[in-house]
Amino acid sequence: MIEIRGLKKRLGRRQVLDGLDLDVSKGETLVVLGPSGTGKSVLLKHIIGLMSPDEGSIKVDGEEIVGMNERELDRVRLKFGMLFQGSALFDSMTVGENVGLSLAEHTKLPRAEIRRRVADRLEWVGLNDAEPMHPASLSGGMKKRVGLARAMAMDPAIILYDEPTTGLDPITGDVINTLIRAMQHRLGVTSVVVTHDLMSAYKVGDRLAMIYQGRVVFTGTPDEVRHTDHAMVRQFIEGSSVGPIQPV
Amino acid sequence: MASPAGEGLAARGAGLIGARIGDGFSGIGRVALLVVEMLRATARQLPSLRLVVQQMQAIGVDSLWLVIVVSIFTGAVAAVQAAYQFSNVVPLRYIGSVILRSVVIELGPVLTALVVGGRVGASIAAELGTMKVTEQIDALRAMGIDPVRFLVVPRVVAAIIMLPIITIYADAIAVFGGYVVAVVSIGVSSHTFITAIKDFFYIRDVLSGLIKAVFFGGIIGTMGCYSGFQTEGGAEGVGRATTSAVVSSCVMVLVLDYLLANFLFQIIFAKK
Repeated sequence: MIEIRGLKKRLGRRQVLDGLDLDVSKGETLVVLGPSGTGKSVLLKHIIGLMSPDEGSIKVDGEEIVGMNERELDRVRLKFGMLFQGSALFDSMTVGENVGLSLAEHTKLPRAEIRRRVADRLEWVGLNDAEPMHPASLSGGMKKRVGLARAMAMDPAIILYDEPTTGLDPITGDVINTLIRAMQHRLGVTSVVVTHDLMSAYKVGDRLAMIYQGRVVFTGTPDEVRHTDHAMVRQFIEGSSVGPIQPV
Repeated sequence: MASPAGEGLAARGAGLIGARIGDGFSGIGRVALLVVEMLRATARQLPSLRLVVQQMQAIGVDSLWLVIVVSIFTGAVAAVQAAYQFSNVVPLRYIGSVILRSVVIELGPVLTALVVGGRVGASIAAELGTMKVTEQIDALRAMGIDPVRFLVVPRVVAAIIMLPIITIYADAIAVFGGYVVAVVSIGVSSHTFITAIKDFFYIRDVLSGLIKAVFFGGIIGTMGCYSGFQTEGGAEGVGRATTSAVVSSCVMVLVLDYLLANFLFQIIFAKK
Protein backbone atom coordinates (compact mmCIF):
# COMPACT_ATOMS: atom_id res chain seq x y z
CA MET A 1 0.00 0.00 0.00
CA ILE A 2 2.90 2.35 0.81
CA GLU A 3 6.29 1.77 -0.79
CA ILE A 4 9.24 3.99 0.11
CA ARG A 5 12.59 3.71 -1.62
CA GLY A 6 15.87 5.57 -1.09
CA LEU A 7 14.26 8.51 0.72
CA LYS A 8 16.70 11.31 1.52
CA LYS A 9 16.04 14.60 3.24
CA ARG A 10 18.46 17.18 4.59
CA LEU A 11 17.20 19.87 6.97
CA GLY A 12 19.84 22.55 7.45
CA ARG A 13 23.11 20.75 8.08
CA ARG A 14 21.49 17.55 9.28
CA GLN A 15 20.82 14.56 7.00
CA VAL A 16 17.51 13.54 8.61
CA LEU A 17 16.58 10.77 6.16
CA ASP A 18 19.45 9.01 4.46
CA GLY A 19 18.25 6.50 1.90
CA LEU A 20 15.32 5.08 3.87
CA ASP A 21 13.44 2.06 2.47
CA LEU A 22 10.11 0.94 3.95
CA ASP A 23 6.99 -0.98 2.89
CA VAL A 24 3.59 -0.93 4.55
CA SER A 25 1.12 -3.62 3.48
CA LYS A 26 -2.61 -3.09 3.15
CA GLY A 27 -4.42 -3.47 6.47
CA GLU A 28 -1.31 -3.75 8.63
CA THR A 29 -0.23 -1.48 11.44
CA LEU A 30 3.41 -0.57 11.17
CA VAL A 31 5.01 1.13 14.14
CA VAL A 32 8.07 3.26 13.42
CA LEU A 33 10.30 3.35 16.47
CA GLY A 34 13.46 5.24 17.18
CA PRO A 35 15.17 7.76 19.42
CA SER A 36 14.12 11.41 19.31
CA GLY A 37 15.43 13.37 16.35
CA THR A 38 15.89 10.39 14.02
CA GLY A 39 13.37 11.57 11.44
CA LYS A 40 10.23 9.64 12.42
CA SER A 41 7.86 12.62 12.17
CA VAL A 42 9.68 13.84 9.05
CA LEU A 43 9.02 10.42 7.50
CA LEU A 44 5.26 10.71 8.24
CA LYS A 45 5.15 14.19 6.71
CA HIS A 46 6.77 12.81 3.55
CA ILE A 47 4.23 9.97 3.32
CA ILE A 48 1.32 12.45 3.28
CA GLY A 49 3.14 14.95 1.06
CA LEU A 50 3.57 17.71 3.64
CA MET A 51 7.31 17.60 2.93
CA SER A 52 9.07 16.70 -0.30
CA PRO A 53 12.25 14.64 -0.28
CA ASP A 54 15.61 15.60 -1.79
CA GLU A 55 15.77 12.15 -3.39
CA GLY A 56 13.78 8.95 -3.41
CA SER A 57 10.36 7.58 -4.19
CA ILE A 58 7.09 7.22 -2.27
CA LYS A 59 4.27 5.22 -3.80
CA VAL A 60 0.78 5.19 -2.29
CA ASP A 61 -1.48 2.53 -3.83
CA GLY A 62 1.08 2.26 -6.64
CA GLU A 63 0.92 6.00 -7.39
CA GLU A 64 4.17 7.98 -7.17
CA ILE A 65 3.55 11.05 -5.01
CA VAL A 66 7.04 12.58 -5.17
CA GLY A 67 6.91 15.42 -7.68
CA MET A 68 3.12 15.81 -7.55
CA ASN A 69 1.78 19.36 -7.31
CA GLU A 70 -0.40 20.43 -4.36
CA ARG A 71 -3.67 19.83 -6.25
CA GLU A 72 -2.71 16.24 -7.09
CA LEU A 73 -1.48 15.72 -3.54
CA ASP A 74 -4.81 16.99 -2.16
CA ARG A 75 -6.54 14.19 -4.07
CA VAL A 76 -4.13 11.56 -2.65
CA ARG A 77 -4.44 13.04 0.86
CA LEU A 78 -8.13 12.16 0.91
CA LYS A 79 -7.01 8.54 1.35
CA PHE A 80 -5.31 9.54 4.61
CA GLY A 81 -6.28 10.57 8.09
CA MET A 82 -3.59 11.94 10.37
CA LEU A 83 -3.36 12.34 14.12
CA PHE A 84 -0.78 15.02 14.92
CA GLN A 85 1.56 14.96 17.91
CA GLY A 86 -0.05 18.03 19.50
CA SER A 87 -3.46 17.06 18.06
CA ALA A 88 -3.42 20.26 15.90
CA LEU A 89 -7.10 20.94 16.52
CA PHE A 90 -8.36 24.23 15.07
CA ASP A 91 -8.66 26.58 18.05
CA SER A 92 -11.30 28.79 16.48
CA MET A 93 -13.70 25.88 15.86
CA THR A 94 -15.75 23.67 18.13
CA VAL A 95 -14.99 19.98 18.46
CA GLY A 96 -17.90 19.20 16.13
CA GLU A 97 -16.65 21.65 13.50
CA ASN A 98 -13.15 20.17 13.75
CA VAL A 99 -14.42 16.65 13.15
CA GLY A 100 -16.85 17.68 10.41
CA LEU A 101 -14.53 20.03 8.49
CA SER A 102 -13.32 17.48 5.92
CA LEU A 103 -16.89 16.33 5.27
CA ALA A 104 -18.08 19.92 4.81
CA GLU A 105 -15.18 20.74 2.47
CA HIS A 106 -14.97 17.58 0.39
CA THR A 107 -18.49 16.20 0.21
CA LYS A 108 -21.91 17.52 -0.71
CA LEU A 109 -23.54 15.81 2.28
CA PRO A 110 -26.44 17.72 3.87
CA ARG A 111 -25.69 19.36 7.23
CA ALA A 112 -27.86 16.86 9.10
CA GLU A 113 -25.86 13.95 7.69
CA ILE A 114 -22.56 15.66 8.56
CA ARG A 115 -23.84 16.21 12.10
CA ARG A 116 -24.86 12.55 12.31
CA ARG A 117 -21.41 11.39 11.16
CA VAL A 118 -19.64 13.77 13.54
CA ALA A 119 -21.74 12.44 16.44
CA ASP A 120 -20.94 8.91 15.28
CA ARG A 121 -17.16 9.47 15.22
CA LEU A 122 -17.24 11.23 18.58
CA GLU A 123 -19.14 8.27 20.00
CA TRP A 124 -16.44 5.92 18.67
CA VAL A 125 -13.83 7.78 20.71
CA GLY A 126 -16.10 8.09 23.77
CA LEU A 127 -16.73 11.83 23.59
CA ASN A 128 -20.47 11.93 22.92
CA ASP A 129 -21.08 15.25 24.65
CA ALA A 130 -17.99 17.14 23.46
CA GLU A 131 -19.38 18.44 20.16
CA PRO A 132 -20.07 22.06 21.25
CA MET A 133 -16.85 22.40 23.27
CA HIS A 134 -13.78 24.32 22.13
CA PRO A 135 -10.32 22.64 22.06
CA ALA A 136 -9.02 25.03 24.73
CA SER A 137 -11.36 23.45 27.29
CA LEU A 138 -10.21 19.85 26.60
CA SER A 139 -7.55 17.80 28.39
CA GLY A 140 -4.58 16.39 26.44
CA GLY A 141 -6.17 12.95 26.21
CA MET A 142 -9.49 14.38 25.02
CA LYS A 143 -7.69 16.43 22.35
CA LYS A 144 -6.01 13.26 21.08
CA ARG A 145 -9.38 11.51 20.93
CA VAL A 146 -10.93 14.41 19.02
CA GLY A 147 -7.91 14.35 16.71
CA LEU A 148 -8.54 10.65 16.17
CA ALA A 149 -12.24 11.26 15.46
CA ARG A 150 -11.24 13.97 12.95
CA ALA A 151 -8.69 11.65 11.30
CA MET A 152 -11.44 9.04 10.80
CA ALA A 153 -14.15 11.43 9.59
CA MET A 154 -13.69 10.63 5.90
CA ASP A 155 -13.30 6.85 6.43
CA PRO A 156 -9.67 6.95 5.23
CA ALA A 157 -7.82 3.91 3.94
CA ILE A 158 -4.64 4.90 5.78
CA ILE A 159 -4.21 6.59 9.16
CA LEU A 160 -0.94 8.15 10.24
CA TYR A 161 -0.31 8.63 13.96
CA ASP A 162 2.46 10.98 15.09
CA GLU A 163 3.39 10.14 18.70
CA PRO A 164 -0.21 9.35 19.72
CA THR A 165 0.60 8.76 23.40
CA THR A 166 3.34 11.35 23.99
CA GLY A 167 2.58 13.68 26.86
CA LEU A 168 -0.22 11.50 28.24
CA ASP A 169 -0.28 9.64 31.54
CA PRO A 170 0.03 5.82 31.15
CA ILE A 171 -3.68 5.19 31.69
CA THR A 172 -4.83 7.81 29.17
CA GLY A 173 -2.09 6.55 26.84
CA ASP A 174 -3.56 3.07 27.10
CA VAL A 175 -7.03 4.47 26.31
CA ILE A 176 -5.59 5.92 23.07
CA ASN A 177 -3.81 2.63 22.25
CA THR A 178 -7.03 0.70 22.80
CA LEU A 179 -8.88 3.14 20.54
CA ILE A 180 -6.25 2.79 17.80
CA ARG A 181 -6.56 -0.99 18.01
CA ALA A 182 -10.38 -0.78 17.99
CA MET A 183 -10.33 1.46 14.89
CA GLN A 184 -8.08 -0.99 13.10
CA HIS A 185 -10.58 -3.78 13.74
CA ARG A 186 -13.63 -1.62 13.01
CA LEU A 187 -12.37 0.00 9.79
CA GLY A 188 -9.61 -2.38 8.65
CA VAL A 189 -7.38 0.60 7.88
CA THR A 190 -3.67 0.58 7.14
CA SER A 191 -1.83 2.46 9.88
CA VAL A 192 1.61 3.93 10.38
CA VAL A 193 2.33 4.84 13.99
CA VAL A 194 5.38 6.87 14.90
CA THR A 195 6.33 6.60 18.56
CA HIS A 196 9.13 6.05 21.02
CA ASP A 197 6.68 4.57 23.53
CA LEU A 198 7.47 0.83 23.57
CA MET A 199 4.30 -0.15 25.47
CA SER A 200 2.24 1.57 22.80
CA ALA A 201 4.30 -0.01 19.98
CA TYR A 202 3.83 -3.54 21.35
CA LYS A 203 0.12 -3.00 21.86
CA VAL A 204 -0.87 -1.50 18.50
CA GLY A 205 1.78 -2.78 16.09
CA ASP A 206 1.60 -5.77 13.75
CA ARG A 207 5.15 -4.96 12.71
CA LEU A 208 7.78 -2.64 14.14
CA ALA A 209 10.49 -0.79 12.21
CA MET A 210 13.33 0.93 13.98
CA ILE A 211 14.92 4.03 12.44
CA TYR A 212 18.35 5.33 13.29
CA GLN A 213 20.35 8.01 11.46
CA GLY A 214 17.77 8.25 8.69
CA ARG A 215 17.58 4.55 7.80
CA VAL A 216 15.55 1.55 8.87
CA VAL A 217 17.92 -0.61 10.90
CA PHE A 218 15.50 -3.36 11.94
CA THR A 219 11.99 -4.61 11.20
CA GLY A 220 10.09 -7.39 12.89
CA THR A 221 6.97 -8.38 14.79
CA PRO A 222 6.61 -7.25 18.42
CA ASP A 223 7.81 -10.71 19.53
CA GLU A 224 10.86 -10.54 17.25
CA VAL A 225 11.70 -7.12 18.66
CA ARG A 226 11.41 -8.39 22.24
CA HIS A 227 13.78 -11.30 21.58
CA THR A 228 16.23 -9.86 19.05
CA ASP A 229 20.00 -9.65 19.64
CA HIS A 230 20.25 -6.58 17.39
CA ALA A 231 22.44 -4.24 19.44
CA MET A 232 20.61 -1.03 18.58
CA VAL A 233 17.17 -2.49 19.24
CA ARG A 234 18.33 -4.00 22.54
CA GLN A 235 19.82 -0.68 23.63
CA PHE A 236 16.57 1.10 22.70
CA ILE A 237 14.22 -1.31 24.47
CA GLU A 238 16.46 -1.47 27.53
CA GLY A 239 16.66 2.33 27.59
CA SER A 240 20.43 2.36 27.95
CA SER A 241 22.61 5.36 27.13
CA VAL A 242 25.56 3.00 26.46
CA GLY A 243 25.68 1.30 23.08
CA PRO A 244 25.77 1.94 19.36
CA ILE A 245 23.02 4.59 19.53
CA GLN A 246 24.61 7.90 20.42
CA PRO A 247 22.32 10.11 22.56
CA VAL A 248 21.55 13.42 20.80
CA MET B 1 45.42 54.30 3.49
CA ALA B 2 42.78 52.09 5.09
CA SER B 3 43.96 49.53 7.62
CA PRO B 4 43.24 45.80 7.00
CA ALA B 5 40.87 45.84 10.01
CA GLY B 6 38.98 48.80 8.55
CA GLU B 7 38.75 47.09 5.16
CA GLY B 8 37.43 43.92 6.83
CA LEU B 9 34.79 45.93 8.67
CA ALA B 10 33.74 47.69 5.46
CA ALA B 11 33.52 44.36 3.61
CA ARG B 12 31.41 42.89 6.43
CA GLY B 13 29.16 45.95 6.39
CA ALA B 14 28.76 45.74 2.61
CA GLY B 15 28.02 42.03 2.94
CA LEU B 16 25.33 42.70 5.55
CA ILE B 17 23.73 45.43 3.43
CA GLY B 18 23.84 43.10 0.41
CA ALA B 19 22.20 40.32 2.42
CA ARG B 20 19.47 42.71 3.65
CA ILE B 21 18.75 43.86 0.08
CA GLY B 22 18.69 40.21 -1.06
CA ASP B 23 16.27 39.34 1.77
CA GLY B 24 14.08 42.28 0.79
CA PHE B 25 13.86 41.17 -2.84
CA SER B 26 13.19 37.53 -1.93
CA GLY B 27 10.49 38.74 0.49
CA ILE B 28 8.83 40.73 -2.31
CA GLY B 29 9.02 37.62 -4.49
CA ARG B 30 7.37 35.47 -1.80
CA VAL B 31 4.57 38.01 -1.28
CA ALA B 32 4.02 38.07 -5.06
CA LEU B 33 3.82 34.25 -5.08
CA LEU B 34 1.24 34.38 -2.27
CA VAL B 35 -0.84 36.86 -4.28
CA VAL B 36 -0.67 34.57 -7.34
CA GLU B 37 -1.71 31.61 -5.13
CA MET B 38 -4.65 33.66 -3.80
CA LEU B 39 -5.81 34.52 -7.31
CA ARG B 40 -5.50 30.87 -8.40
CA ALA B 41 -7.33 29.61 -5.33
CA THR B 42 -10.14 32.14 -5.85
CA ALA B 43 -10.41 31.23 -9.53
CA ARG B 44 -10.72 27.53 -8.64
CA GLN B 45 -13.33 28.10 -5.94
CA LEU B 46 -14.84 31.25 -4.46
CA PRO B 47 -14.23 31.64 -0.72
CA SER B 48 -16.97 30.54 1.66
CA LEU B 49 -19.34 33.45 2.36
CA ARG B 50 -19.54 32.40 6.02
CA LEU B 51 -15.75 32.67 6.44
CA VAL B 52 -15.64 36.06 4.67
CA VAL B 53 -18.46 37.44 6.86
CA GLN B 54 -16.69 36.15 10.01
CA GLN B 55 -13.54 38.00 8.96
CA MET B 56 -15.49 41.14 8.03
CA GLN B 57 -16.72 41.17 11.62
CA ALA B 58 -13.21 40.67 13.03
CA ILE B 59 -11.48 43.12 10.69
CA GLY B 60 -14.14 45.78 10.27
CA VAL B 61 -16.78 45.84 12.96
CA ASP B 62 -14.34 45.08 15.79
CA SER B 63 -12.04 47.92 14.65
CA LEU B 64 -14.81 50.51 14.53
CA TRP B 65 -14.46 51.92 18.07
CA LEU B 66 -10.74 52.44 17.65
CA VAL B 67 -11.30 54.12 14.28
CA ILE B 68 -14.02 56.37 15.77
CA VAL B 69 -11.71 57.62 18.53
CA VAL B 70 -8.79 58.18 16.15
CA SER B 71 -11.03 59.93 13.60
CA ILE B 72 -12.63 62.37 16.07
CA PHE B 73 -9.21 63.58 17.18
CA THR B 74 -7.85 63.58 13.62
CA GLY B 75 -10.63 65.99 12.60
CA ALA B 76 -10.15 68.05 15.75
CA VAL B 77 -6.39 68.40 15.18
CA ALA B 78 -7.02 69.23 11.50
CA ALA B 79 -9.28 72.10 12.59
CA VAL B 80 -6.77 73.47 15.12
CA GLN B 81 -3.90 73.21 12.63
CA ALA B 82 -5.92 74.78 9.81
CA ALA B 83 -6.91 77.71 12.03
CA TYR B 84 -3.26 78.22 12.98
CA GLN B 85 -2.05 78.03 9.34
CA PHE B 86 -4.84 80.33 8.13
CA SER B 87 -4.22 83.08 10.70
CA ASN B 88 -3.89 86.40 8.84
CA VAL B 89 -3.45 84.58 5.49
CA VAL B 90 -6.69 82.79 4.55
CA PRO B 91 -10.22 83.65 5.75
CA LEU B 92 -11.54 81.19 8.33
CA ARG B 93 -14.70 80.62 6.28
CA TYR B 94 -12.69 78.13 4.19
CA ILE B 95 -11.79 75.97 7.19
CA GLY B 96 -14.64 73.48 6.53
CA SER B 97 -13.46 72.82 2.97
CA VAL B 98 -9.84 72.32 4.03
CA ILE B 99 -10.83 69.85 6.75
CA LEU B 100 -13.17 68.01 4.39
CA ARG B 101 -10.69 67.66 1.54
CA SER B 102 -7.67 66.79 3.71
CA VAL B 103 -9.74 64.17 5.53
CA VAL B 104 -11.40 62.43 2.56
CA ILE B 105 -8.35 62.50 0.28
CA GLU B 106 -5.58 61.75 2.75
CA LEU B 107 -6.11 61.62 6.49
CA GLY B 108 -9.18 59.38 6.55
CA PRO B 109 -7.91 56.54 4.35
CA VAL B 110 -4.27 56.65 5.49
CA LEU B 111 -4.84 56.95 9.25
CA THR B 112 -7.60 54.32 9.10
CA ALA B 113 -5.24 52.00 7.22
CA LEU B 114 -2.44 52.57 9.74
CA VAL B 115 -4.73 52.01 12.73
CA VAL B 116 -6.51 48.98 11.25
CA GLY B 117 -3.18 47.72 9.86
CA GLY B 118 -1.71 47.76 13.37
CA ARG B 119 -4.68 46.04 14.97
CA VAL B 120 -5.75 43.63 12.25
CA GLY B 121 -2.33 42.93 10.69
CA ALA B 122 -0.97 41.93 14.10
CA SER B 123 -4.01 39.83 14.90
CA ILE B 124 -3.97 37.95 11.57
CA ALA B 125 -0.21 37.32 11.80
CA ALA B 126 -0.48 36.10 15.40
CA GLU B 127 -3.42 33.81 14.61
CA LEU B 128 -1.90 32.25 11.48
CA GLY B 129 1.57 32.17 13.07
CA THR B 130 0.19 30.21 16.03
CA MET B 131 -1.63 27.89 13.62
CA LYS B 132 1.65 27.35 11.77
CA VAL B 133 3.74 26.51 14.84
CA THR B 134 1.05 24.23 16.31
CA GLU B 135 0.79 22.28 13.01
CA GLN B 136 -2.80 23.43 12.38
CA ILE B 137 -1.84 24.58 8.88
CA ASP B 138 -0.18 21.19 8.25
CA ALA B 139 -3.40 19.59 9.52
CA LEU B 140 -5.42 21.54 6.94
CA ARG B 141 -3.08 20.44 4.14
CA ALA B 142 -3.19 16.85 5.43
CA MET B 143 -7.00 17.04 5.12
CA GLY B 144 -6.63 18.10 1.47
CA ILE B 145 -7.75 21.67 2.25
CA ASP B 146 -5.76 24.47 0.63
CA PRO B 147 -4.71 26.83 3.47
CA VAL B 148 -4.51 29.76 1.05
CA ARG B 149 -8.13 29.29 -0.02
CA PHE B 150 -9.35 28.51 3.52
CA LEU B 151 -7.37 31.04 5.56
CA VAL B 152 -5.83 33.72 3.35
CA VAL B 153 -8.50 34.49 0.74
CA PRO B 154 -11.36 35.17 3.24
CA ARG B 155 -9.13 37.51 5.28
CA VAL B 156 -7.85 39.46 2.30
CA VAL B 157 -11.31 39.70 0.69
CA ALA B 158 -12.81 40.85 4.01
CA ALA B 159 -10.07 43.48 4.45
CA ILE B 160 -10.62 44.74 0.87
CA ILE B 161 -14.36 45.06 1.50
CA MET B 162 -14.17 46.52 5.00
CA LEU B 163 -11.41 49.13 4.66
CA PRO B 164 -13.44 51.42 2.34
CA ILE B 165 -16.50 51.00 4.56
CA ILE B 166 -14.57 51.92 7.72
CA THR B 167 -12.95 54.76 5.82
CA ILE B 168 -16.40 56.23 5.03
CA TYR B 169 -17.19 56.16 8.77
CA ALA B 170 -13.77 57.61 9.58
CA ASP B 171 -14.22 60.45 7.06
CA ALA B 172 -17.65 61.38 8.41
CA ILE B 173 -16.53 61.25 12.06
CA ALA B 174 -13.32 63.20 11.42
CA VAL B 175 -15.23 65.95 9.61
CA PHE B 176 -17.65 66.02 12.54
CA GLY B 177 -14.70 66.30 14.98
CA GLY B 178 -13.34 69.19 12.91
CA TYR B 179 -16.78 70.83 12.86
CA VAL B 180 -17.12 70.66 16.65
CA VAL B 181 -13.69 72.22 17.23
CA ALA B 182 -14.19 74.86 14.51
CA VAL B 183 -17.57 75.93 15.92
CA VAL B 184 -16.93 75.56 19.66
CA SER B 185 -13.29 76.53 19.97
CA ILE B 186 -12.31 78.56 16.88
CA GLY B 187 -15.52 80.54 16.58
CA VAL B 188 -16.52 79.67 13.02
CA SER B 189 -20.31 79.62 12.62
CA SER B 190 -22.04 76.34 11.88
CA HIS B 191 -23.55 77.81 8.70
CA THR B 192 -20.15 78.98 7.40
CA PHE B 193 -18.55 75.59 8.05
CA ILE B 194 -21.34 73.67 6.30
CA THR B 195 -21.47 76.09 3.35
CA ALA B 196 -17.71 75.66 2.80
CA ILE B 197 -18.16 71.89 2.84
CA LYS B 198 -21.00 72.07 0.30
CA ASP B 199 -19.10 74.44 -1.99
CA PHE B 200 -15.93 72.38 -2.08
CA PHE B 201 -17.34 68.85 -2.02
CA TYR B 202 -16.10 66.88 -5.02
CA ILE B 203 -17.09 63.25 -5.48
CA ARG B 204 -13.65 62.52 -7.01
CA ASP B 205 -12.02 63.38 -3.67
CA VAL B 206 -14.16 60.80 -1.87
CA LEU B 207 -13.60 58.25 -4.63
CA SER B 208 -9.84 58.71 -4.56
CA GLY B 209 -9.84 58.05 -0.81
CA LEU B 210 -11.98 54.95 -1.19
CA ILE B 211 -9.86 53.58 -4.05
CA LYS B 212 -6.81 53.99 -1.80
CA ALA B 213 -8.67 52.20 1.00
CA VAL B 214 -9.35 49.19 -1.25
CA PHE B 215 -5.62 48.82 -1.96
CA PHE B 216 -4.72 49.42 1.69
CA GLY B 217 -7.14 46.65 2.70
CA GLY B 218 -5.43 44.29 0.27
CA ILE B 219 -2.01 45.16 1.71
CA ILE B 220 -3.08 44.77 5.34
CA GLY B 221 -4.72 41.38 4.73
CA THR B 222 -1.92 40.07 2.53
CA MET B 223 0.96 41.18 4.78
CA GLY B 224 -0.76 39.80 7.90
CA CYS B 225 -1.28 36.42 6.24
CA TYR B 226 2.20 36.39 4.68
CA SER B 227 3.91 37.11 8.00
CA GLY B 228 1.77 34.47 9.73
CA PHE B 229 2.66 31.84 7.10
CA GLN B 230 6.38 32.67 7.40
CA THR B 231 6.41 32.03 11.16
CA GLU B 232 9.14 29.70 12.38
CA GLY B 233 9.85 28.54 15.93
CA GLY B 234 7.54 28.95 18.91
CA ALA B 235 6.18 31.98 20.75
CA GLU B 236 9.22 34.06 19.81
CA GLY B 237 8.56 33.36 16.13
CA VAL B 238 4.92 34.42 16.51
CA GLY B 239 6.10 37.68 18.13
CA ARG B 240 8.50 38.33 15.24
CA ALA B 241 5.77 37.60 12.68
CA THR B 242 3.38 40.02 14.42
CA THR B 243 5.94 42.83 14.44
CA SER B 244 6.86 42.15 10.84
CA ALA B 245 3.20 42.26 9.75
CA VAL B 246 2.61 45.64 11.38
CA VAL B 247 5.85 47.23 10.19
CA SER B 248 5.60 45.94 6.62
CA SER B 249 1.93 46.84 6.18
CA CYS B 250 2.44 50.38 7.59
CA VAL B 251 5.47 51.02 5.36
CA MET B 252 3.69 49.62 2.31
CA VAL B 253 0.56 51.70 3.03
CA LEU B 254 2.65 54.89 3.00
CA VAL B 255 4.62 53.92 -0.12
CA LEU B 256 1.45 52.91 -1.96
CA ASP B 257 -0.26 56.10 -0.79
CA TYR B 258 2.38 58.12 -2.65
CA LEU B 259 2.15 55.97 -5.79
CA LEU B 260 -1.66 56.05 -5.80
CA ALA B 261 -1.72 59.81 -5.18
CA ASN B 262 0.38 60.27 -8.31
CA PHE B 263 -1.68 57.84 -10.34
CA LEU B 264 -5.08 59.15 -9.22
CA PHE B 265 -4.48 62.90 -9.32
CA GLN B 266 -2.16 63.09 -12.28
CA ILE B 267 -3.87 60.51 -14.52
CA ILE B 268 -7.34 59.38 -13.44
CA PHE B 269 -8.73 62.56 -11.80
CA ALA B 270 -6.37 65.03 -13.53
CA LYS B 271 -8.07 68.38 -14.20
CA LYS B 272 -8.30 68.89 -17.96
